Amino acid sequence: MSIRLNSGGRRIDRDRVLRYRFNGRDMAGFAGDTLASALLGAGQTLMGRSFKYHRPRGVVASGPEEPNALMGVGEGARFEPNQRAPATPLHEGLVAVSQNHWPSLERDVGAVNTALARFLPAGFYYKTFTWPRAFWKHVYEPFIRRSAGLGRPPEEADADRYEHFNIRTDVVVIGGGIAGLTAARLAAEAGLEVLLIEQDTIWGGRAPVDGVEIDGNPAQAWVDDTVAALAAMPNVRLRLGTMAAGIYDHGYLLAYERVADRPDSSGAPRHRLWRVRARRIVTATGAIERPLSFACNDVPGVMLAGAVRDYLVDYGVSPGDRTVIVTNNDDAYRTAIALHRAGLSVPAIVDARPEIAGALPEEARQLGLTILPGTGIAKVKGGRQVTGVALCQQGGDGAVTQEIACDAVAMSGGWSPVVHLWSHCGGKLIWDAEQAHFRPDPDRAPTGADGRGFVVTAGAASGALRADAALSDAAAAADRVLTALDQTAGDASPPRADVPSEAPLAPVWMMPQRAGADLRAKMWLDFQNDVKVSDVRLAAQEGFTSVEHAKRYTTLGMATDQGKLSNINGLAVLADARGDAIPQVGTTTFRPPYVPISMGSIAGEARGDLFQPIRRTPLHDWHEGQGARWEPVGQWRRPYTYLREGEGVKDAVNREILNTRSNVGLLDASTLGKIVVKGPDAGRFLDMLYTNMMSTLKVGRCRYGLMCSENGFLMDDGVVARLSEDTFLCHTTTGGADRIHAHMEEWLQTEWWTWKVWIANLTEHYAQIAVVGPKARTLLERLGGMDLSRDALPFMGWADGTLGGLPVRVYRISFSGELSYEIAVPAGQGRALWDRLLSEGADLGVMPYGTEALHVMRAEKGFIMIGDETDGTVIPQDLGLDWAISKKKDDYLGKRAQARPHMTDPDRWTLVGLETESGAVLPEGAYAVAEGTNANGQRRTQGRVTSTYYSPTLDRGIAMGLVWRGPERLGEVLTFPKVDGTPVRARIVSPVFYDPKGEKQDV
Amino acid sequence: MSEIATALGGARSDGLCTVCEVPPLGMIQIRADLGATAVRDAVAEGAGVAVPDVLRATTEQGRTLCWFSPDEVLLILPRGEAPSALSALAEAMEGHHHLAADVSDMRAVLRVEGRAVRDVLAKLTPADMAPGAFPPGSVRRTRLGQIAAAVRMVEDETVEILCFRSVARYAFDLMTEAAREGGAVGYFDREA
Repeated sequence: MSIRLNSGGRRIDRDRVLRYRFNGRDMAGFAGDTLASALLGAGQTLMGRSFKYHRPRGVVASGPEEPNALMGVGEGARFEPNQRAPATPLHEGLVAVSQNHWPSLERDVGAVNTALARFLPAGFYYKTFTWPRAFWKHVYEPFIRRSAGLGRPPEEADADRYEHFNIRTDVVVIGGGIAGLTAARLAAEAGLEVLLIEQDTIWGGRAPVDGVEIDGNPAQAWVDDTVAALAAMPNVRLRLGTMAAGIYDHGYLLAYERVADRPDSSGAPRHRLWRVRARRIVTATGAIERPLSFACNDVPGVMLAGAVRDYLVDYGVSPGDRTVIVTNNDDAYRTAIALHRAGLSVPAIVDARPEIAGALPEEARQLGLTILPGTGIAKVKGGRQVTGVALCQQGGDGAVTQEIACDAVAMSGGWSPVVHLWSHCGGKLIWDAEQAHFRPDPDRAPTGADGRGFVVTAGAASGALRADAALSDAAAAADRVLTALDQTAGDASPPRADVPSEAPLAPVWMMPQRAGADLRAKMWLDFQNDVKVSDVRLAAQEGFTSVEHAKRYTTLGMATDQGKLSNINGLAVLADARGDAIPQVGTTTFRPPYVPISMGSIAGEARGDLFQPIRRTPLHDWHEGQGARWEPVGQWRRPYTYLREGEGVKDAVNREILNTRSNVGLLDASTLGKIVVKGPDAGRFLDMLYTNMMSTLKVGRCRYGLMCSENGFLMDDGVVARLSEDTFLCHTTTGGADRIHAHMEEWLQTEWWTWKVWIANLTEHYAQIAVVGPKARTLLERLGGMDLSRDALPFMGWADGTLGGLPVRVYRISFSGELSYEIAVPAGQGRALWDRLLSEGADLGVMPYGTEALHVMRAEKGFIMIGDETDGTVIPQDLGLDWAISKKKDDYLGKRAQARPHMTDPDRWTLVGLETESGAVLPEGAYAVAEGTNANGQRRTQGRVTSTYYSPTLDRGIAMGLVWRGPERLGEVLTFPKVDGTPVRARIVSPVFYDPKGEKQDV
Repeated sequence: MSEIATALGGARSDGLCTVCEVPPLGMIQIRADLGATAVRDAVAEGAGVAVPDVLRATTEQGRTLCWFSPDEVLLILPRGEAPSALSALAEAMEGHHHLAADVSDMRAVLRVEGRAVRDVLAKLTPADMAPGAFPPGSVRRTRLGQIAAAVRMVEDETVEILCFRSVARYAFDLMTEAAREGGAVGYFDREA
């Protein structure tokens, strides 16, 4: 059983006890502990159940590569699943639950899957649950999803806040171990701006644990000095608790800072996502130890040798009283020696190599430790906890030679450089046969815009595993960065490390070498996804020999740890099964993030009120105060209608329409686009943009215009006013303002750059208020300041002046068929005008109306609406708008397209009005059916509804629609089936239902 | 003439920085070919301020001219001077193809002040807020959160943000959130 020793633990403060809860039990650890070290220190080796077979699992690693000890951490609105216990710093009051078990960690009914394991090989689900078809969705999948899976999702909205941070710098060094510190120091001494980040909460990496000496001093002393020197430099920034999550094109790097990963009253954001643009990136990300594949290597108590050393040295925690070491390399002897020196028993060092000659084994021998050369583990004994190991000849088939009682196993299959970040943006790897790992190929780095590599590796991340080699490699990395950035080296000289020499490792991909099927089915490769040696071999046998196929078939490396421990071992097994060399098999693709990051950090501040910008008109607050029911139009909010107390939405809309038609209504039209076009070529430019002729428009007059895309489709409409000889003002739809502005700029900048035209989008400079209805003129005359009589300002004219002392431009245009003025006023005075209109018009029955009343009134007049009558496939000719298409012009955008045979086809669906026989309202989007069926056996159709409303003016349903040869068929009756299948019959009529002669707007 | 309302009525918040909406200003958008010396000179004459270099602003006698693009500058001036400045521009630019429009009501201006101002802005904009890249007198049209905005470094610890009027509330809330206590980054402001 794991215990906390009475002394030791360089990272913990034994004077500060932290209380926390695990699975509902009160526990205690020390300041400086991780959740994993605290649990181990409390004797809790069992930390979770496995994904598929629900096998008992304990912690394997001491860092974020941990596959097993995943916890749900926090509660309620701060709950987060799948947190890696060794990378979760302990804090007072932390609450953690283990995962993937029911009803409890100790007693788990899902563990029956272990007994069934031989019936649940890779691909089992694919093969088994495909029949009967419907069973997958309703029976198998729900069951499988419940029994397999990791943490449960949070149920409440996240209570914390998050943010982003954008910087540019010369060099980012990723990793604050001795290599990263060295590279950062050398780059900084040369005068470069340096950001050094480290995912852990302390500097120094493994060197202090491994007893490295640098420049004659213990590594820790050198680390402290170097960090202090760096912190004092103005061109250096240091960040602990910050993980590089991904490297992207052009030196773009995402880094994930855990600012306040605990409930906190300071107001600090929980996580901060750094978006860094660096000229060069140094990855000093170290290496990760590989497990060995022997039977039952997943029993709690089996850990990586380096992790055992970490828990011992960093936290004063022993994984067990008796720890067997199993290795293929010299490094694991450091663990044996450390355990022995801590007074713990190391019954045997099981070394797969036949000859053992290095300095570290020699030291172990002199300490009296037993070394068993050429030996392997045949099988680990124990269920929820290691009770012993059965040993065998490594070269044999697993015949047991000896059994040793123990409660922990420290395994080491060698170390693999962390190549993920190097690989994210295309860095290539080479196979290093001597160290049996893939390492970055410095000649094939990810390249930046200048065609040169922008990522450099340093230290163990380059494959320079020993401290002395790592430091020289880091110095060389710094040199490469300085050369690339034309920087002269500073005065600092690179440090030197003293470490014992190490003998080469022996690649061991399976233990023992000739293990049979029984043993192979118990050798875990991917602990988190429960993938075993037998699964990978099965994949190869069934033809999934490509590494990417084998990965997907077995799910090897597809868990939240993305195969940090399992990758190389799995590749080696696949290579062996294929009879190929490992480099021929290659690796799967490394993708960001390196370790999962919180969704909150990705969203940053964009949540709640800041989820997206809401655009407000100058009258927004007034609308809000008057019960406006909002309609989102792009990012604007426009009042759909103003609800009075006790009133339904439909009643409110009808009230607003009837009042506008009989008295006077006010509409906030501020959102309409207003683009000024100025210059000697302005008329020519607008003639190209609009289908009509705009250059002939007289100053002081307005004209309705249509804009088409190059393909002829109607994209926007609006009223154009000629302000002066060389200046026009183009109104666009609300949603079209930015788009049409960009459209204009694009044509001016890319096609007609010699034309003398400037444009400006003045949309937001103005509040615009439509004053609509038979009493509109009376109301405006009460404000005073302008002659708005029929003769002074005729229909489709505009005039500048003042109303009630406010500077205004009045357009006499109508989208409702009524006498109507649209009044533009500088936005800062919009509310003043609105208030004046309301007070002056009180006895006239003035009343604001919303967008729905606007829609109904325009439909009563047969006016089209962009987005209702158009959908990107409709040309103006379909809408009977031929009158707005100039026949005189040589060209306009869309003209050529509109001449294509399909566009001139008389069989196109064309705009008509629709009047139901019953007076009912047609359903939106309903289709008119025709006789017979089409090639797909579907009922043929001959038209569809584009706009449909109840008209309170006419007290009946009115609609517009596009109908096959519509205008030729006036008077015919069409059938529109409703969703329930019952038909609605409607007669084809003119689309103008109200005041067809247009007399009311021209009074 | 009735009182001119700003988008936020002079809203203010305090945190790592103070954020406040400034009272109404005059603004004139000028579009012209600033690459042509004669045009540049005419703009300077009409505006009463030298035409700034790329990404810079020039300030003379209470007027500031901000570089917005190779063919656009924004003149910021006291509200009451806008009409006369428009006339002066029209006169000076006579014969030069240009567009000058009163846009005094089109934008909101937020003044953000405090030692942490660079750190706060760097939370929201991808533009480089380092003192070397963005010294006082600089202007960037960039992105703040999800909106377009112009950022002008007025002095070492003072920034003015110009955004469209309709999103003033969002911009204010965004700056307030970024400047909330507890969120000091300490990157540019190393004392934090």
